Amino acid sequence: MKLLKLVPDNTNIKFLKLRIPFFVLSIVLIVGSWAAVLTNGLNFGVDFAGGQEVRMTFTERQTAPIASLRELVGSLGYGEPAVQEFGAPNQVSVRVPLPEGAEDTPGAATAIGARVIDTISAEYPDARTDGNDTVSGKVAGEFRDSAILALLGAMLAVALYIWVRFEWQFGAGALFALFHDVSVTLGLFALTQMEFSLQIVAAILAIIGYSLNDTVVVYDRIRENLKKYRKMPLGELFDLSVNETLARTVMTSLSLFVALIPLLIFGPPSLFGMVAAITVGLFIGTYSSVYMAGPLLIWMGVTSNSFVPQETAMDRQEKIARGEA
Amino acid sequence: MLEFPLWKKVLLWGLTLAASVLSLPSLFTVSGLDWPAALPNPQVNLGLDLAGGSHLLLEAKAGDVRAQRLENMEDTVRQLMRNASPRIRIGDVSTAGGRLSFILESPADIDRARGLIEPVMQGATTIREWDLAVVDGQRMVLTQTDAGVNQAIDDAMDSATEVVRRRIDELGTREPTIIRQGSTRIVVQVPGLEDPDALKRLLGQTAQLEFKLVDLNALPANVQAGIAPAGSQIFPYAPGTPQEGQFEAVRRLGGIRGDNLTGAQAGVDPQTNQNVVNITFDAQGGAKFAKLTTENTGKPFAIILDGQVLSAPNINEPIIGGSAQISGSFTPETANQLAIALRSGALPVPLAVVEERTVGPDLGKDSIRKGLLAMAIGSIAVIVLMIATYGRFGVYATAALVINVFMLLGVMALLGFTLTLPGIAGFVITIGAAVDANVLINERIREERARGRKVVAAVEAGYKEASRAIYDANVTNFIAGVALATFGTGPVRGFAVVLIIGIVTSVFAGVTLTRMWVAGWLRRARPNDITI
Repeated sequence: MKLLKLVPDNTNIKFLKLRIPFFVLSIVLIVGSWAAVLTNGLNFGVDFAGGQEVRMTFTERQTAPIASLRELVGSLGYGEPAVQEFGAPNQVSVRVPLPEGAEDTPGAATAIGARVIDTISAEYPDARTDGNDTVSGKVAGEFRDSAILALLGAMLAVALYIWVRFEWQFGAGALFALFHDVSVTLGLFALTQMEFSLQIVAAILAIIGYSLNDTVVVYDRIRENLKKYRKMPLGELFDLSVNETLARTVMTSLSLFVALIPLLIFGPPSLFGMVAAITVGLFIGTYSSVYMAGPLLIWMGVTSNSFVPQETAMDRQEKIARGEA
Repeated sequence: MLEFPLWKKVLLWGLTLAASVLSLPSLFTVSGLDWPAALPNPQVNLGLDLAGGSHLLLEAKAGDVRAQRLENMEDTVRQLMRNASPRIRIGDVSTAGGRLSFILESPADIDRARGLIEPVMQGATTIREWDLAVVDGQRMVLTQTDAGVNQAIDDAMDSATEVVRRRIDELGTREPTIIRQGSTRIVVQVPGLEDPDALKRLLGQTAQLEFKLVDLNALPANVQAGIAPAGSQIFPYAPGTPQEGQFEAVRRLGGIRGDNLTGAQAGVDPQTNQNVVNITFDAQGGAKFAKLTTENTGKPFAIILDGQVLSAPNINEPIIGGSAQISGSFTPETANQLAIALRSGALPVPLAVVEERTVGPDLGKDSIRKGLLAMAIGSIAVIVLMIATYGRFGVYATAALVINVFMLLGVMALLGFTLTLPGIAGFVITIGAAVDANVLINERIREERARGRKVVAAVEAGYKEASRAIYDANVTNFIAGVALATFGTGPVRGFAVVLIIGIVTSVFAGVTLTRMWVAGWLRRARPNDITI
């Protein structure tokens, strides 16, 4: 049987040759992402902005009356509602922001929610409420805080683990690669203005985990080769390590990709944003493992001595005492 | 490395079977079959986003508890001073700034007053709940201690949780989850609820029932302008009553609370044909109510619910039987709701809904169907990719993948975890990522073969050298999973649970089980070459 080989044996791609242009590109991506986040802002869903989101199905219509819904809900005076198709043409999600000052009134958000649903149901008797999320300003603020904490905490914790298992340069390299992944994902959400919800933060945390998978595999091979080829120049050794693990990197990314695509196409609409973020993050993470995590090691001065125990003065004396030296 | 003694094989297969069998009841349920009732039935709980239902987060305002305690203390102090013999006269009573302060008309009473008040400053516990200070020799100031307020909030929330439970039980829903969260919050989860609004209205009602005498001396114009005479309070009429939009002035003190009820039933008054709620007091409440109505026959009293006047009927005769009737322009539904709320007791503190998530049952079913379809297609794609790339070793990886899914489901059922919509995404990601261990191992075997190692040595080296990276990668994933689990609400936590358990089961199946299978095959077939 002839087996499939996606990556030919003994590839020898000179990844490092392009490290400076790619590193510049990465920096540009990070800066650009944050610029997008700061200028466009993220399109926060009710989880983070507070307010009310109703999902409805119009059972006796082919398409939902989006324009008139916008007008109807807008006339309630809670500000500009976001009405969009959700899943099927006759399904919509209606999002109403929390009015100014409602943060301090605990029951305000739910009261608005009930009124939005009642108003739409009265106008369109065939509108079936599939679900609604109502989040008060206070709870939304707590979600924002805990999201930031969870992202920072996860990044620092895994970087710390890498530091303990490898060397500080590896921890710092992994942390920077993760910062890149998180930044670019945020930037994409700022650019596309896709809804940013709790699920998206969950997706970014998953991306942190899987991006690190790649980084760890490359780092592990670098460590192994540093011990094996003591005299090899670092750049060459790095290229060798990435090439040796390239087949694995491609296979794993591909298998995760083929598992995710059906979920993106056939899966429930409420998962679309989350799965899209993870799918895109998969590529960003793989790229950063090769072009950020690796070159950073070289610049931070990893040497083969990092993993070979140094002979201390005491060791030397013991050897002399045993007559070995 | 490739030696597997019999006991180890038995143990590994035993673990695999045990965990996988646990997934069967859940799989039966999902496919609509009946699991035999005689057998144990561990089930994966479906989250509200899949089963349909309501999640409510209720919050009490700490300030309300403070205000309530202050009011009670004022009542207590006035009563103590009045009942002292000889009576201690006080004046300039104020509760401004969250403190109770008053002046003794005669400074000589200071020690007697202190002696009376000090016992009530200490609650049922050993915590000192109030601080007492004397200013200028005759003004006494009572301040609530933080410990006292915290204790009071804690007690209030405990009994509020109980009341919420009783009210939801009255709705007759199945398996509600009611948990206190933090210091001032209660999480309520009710699966498969037909009318979430009814639940919200029921929980939104504090059901604090009061009977207070109408202040007949108040000038109507002042009352409507919101100006209360000394010693009186002004309450608005409840929406839906004929007097809606008007106000009523009532005497602040001397009324009674509807705390001491033994029953409440919705009914119809045979004479007026109005919807009413019939309430029954316990012995203590009945006695108080009898006293109030006896002493004030012929005068009107206001029936106040949660700060709104329902009605202000005349007391035609003393009511001494311990039961009374509340009228207030009810519909049959609102009468029934009030009856439930009164039966289950008043909430010691008002609760507001600060987060609500409701999912209709149809949407949940649709999500499960779509999620399972996507999972099936994704699994087939991964399986095809693995077998096409690694041949026999791909078949092992596939078998491990299938077992991994069953074990993951089984462990979740055993530990009673909840499968949520993001959890389905977690399953798909686990399927895609679980083969990473096999990819690492198989690629390493390829490499070792390419370097000229013999089959057994190459396989041994493949498992040994790859395990380091597998270990590190999974630990870092685990850390990210823990960060996920500590964050967000139920659905996101369901995602974390699947990822974390998936890490454990996929390493077990992908590394340990496949090694056993590969070892067995190598020993039986003794191949000189392998296709990988």
